Amino acid sequence: MNLKNKTAIVTGASRGIGLEIAKKLASYGANIVCVATNQERCTQTAEELEKTYNVTCIGIQTDVANQESVQALVDKTIEKFGAIDILVNNAGITRDNLLLRMKPEDWDAVIETNLKSVFLTTKYAIKHMLKNRSGKIINIASVVGVIGNAGQANYAASKAGIIGFTKSITKEFGGKGITANVVAPGFIETDMIQSLPKEYLDNIISQIPLKRLGKAEEVANTVAFLASDLSNYITGEVIAVDGGIQL
Amino acid sequence: MALTEAEVYEKVKSVIVEQLGVSEEEVTMDASYTEDLGADSLDTVELVMALEEEFGTEIADEEAEKLTTVRKTVEHILKQS
Repeated sequence: MNLKNKTAIVTGASRGIGLEIAKKLASYGANIVCVATNQERCTQTAEELEKTYNVTCIGIQTDVANQESVQALVDKTIEKFGAIDILVNNAGITRDNLLLRMKPEDWDAVIETNLKSVFLTTKYAIKHMLKNRSGKIINIASVVGVIGNAGQANYAASKAGIIGFTKSITKEFGGKGITANVVAPGFIETDMIQSLPKEYLDNIISQIPLKRLGKAEEVANTVAFLASDLSNYITGEVIAVDGGIQL
Repeated sequence: MALTEAEVYEKVKSVIVEQLGVSEEEVTMDASYTEDLGADSLDTVELVMALEEEFGTEIADEEAEKLTTVRKTVEHILKQS
């Protein structure tokens, strides 16, 4: 697998699954644009990747739910690298609560950061992919976007939205050499999971055929495959990386 | 200095040839993008983007929708410049 001289934008790249994705793509030779809400962390991540993998990286602080901010991200990327070959929409937040206790603000924040962001980055990045008649879009959803989860109506809706969005753009841009796919992680060892009570997690693990949580790197491996030429005939697909939890 | 109609036409024609992969002879003033030049809806959006770049101007979506033929496009660009 080779991603040499490809440019990849990875949102939410400063930690968790996004960081592992950025590392993995860089390890195959891709230049990375690290996107996060904190400039210091963006820059730090980019510097570490450059040092470790000998690729060119920049960190661009971005509010992915804000149109001007995303436009600036895409403009700066083009200015620096001249093209966008790979777009990984990974940025996401949770504001979990039972529906009856869920505030409209919790709903809006999750939908904006997780779903509107995907619309914005794709809209502005795809223009440049169109010009090159090639591009790989990989959107990170979640198993809960497929099977639902009590206490996560907002998060699950945002992730299900990503799936519908991805399938639609697949149909819109398929004839132009652009593929778009979804990776749907199950329960992965990250900060996001850490806040869940232990008994709850143990119960989840007992329901996973592989009897363990996933690793962020295992999600990143699938993303790298979808970003590479090995997956050129795959588009509009939702690939679960979840230890079989949906079965 | 403002461009003449002939100059705008020539430039528009070259953008169309490049974007839609048609021959110069096909791009007459009265050619329709979808009916005569085989463009689909995404092709026409891309074409407008390319024209915006070529002429350094912005064409609003509401305007862009009305630019269905080469003539309408040339006239719109002349009006704007």
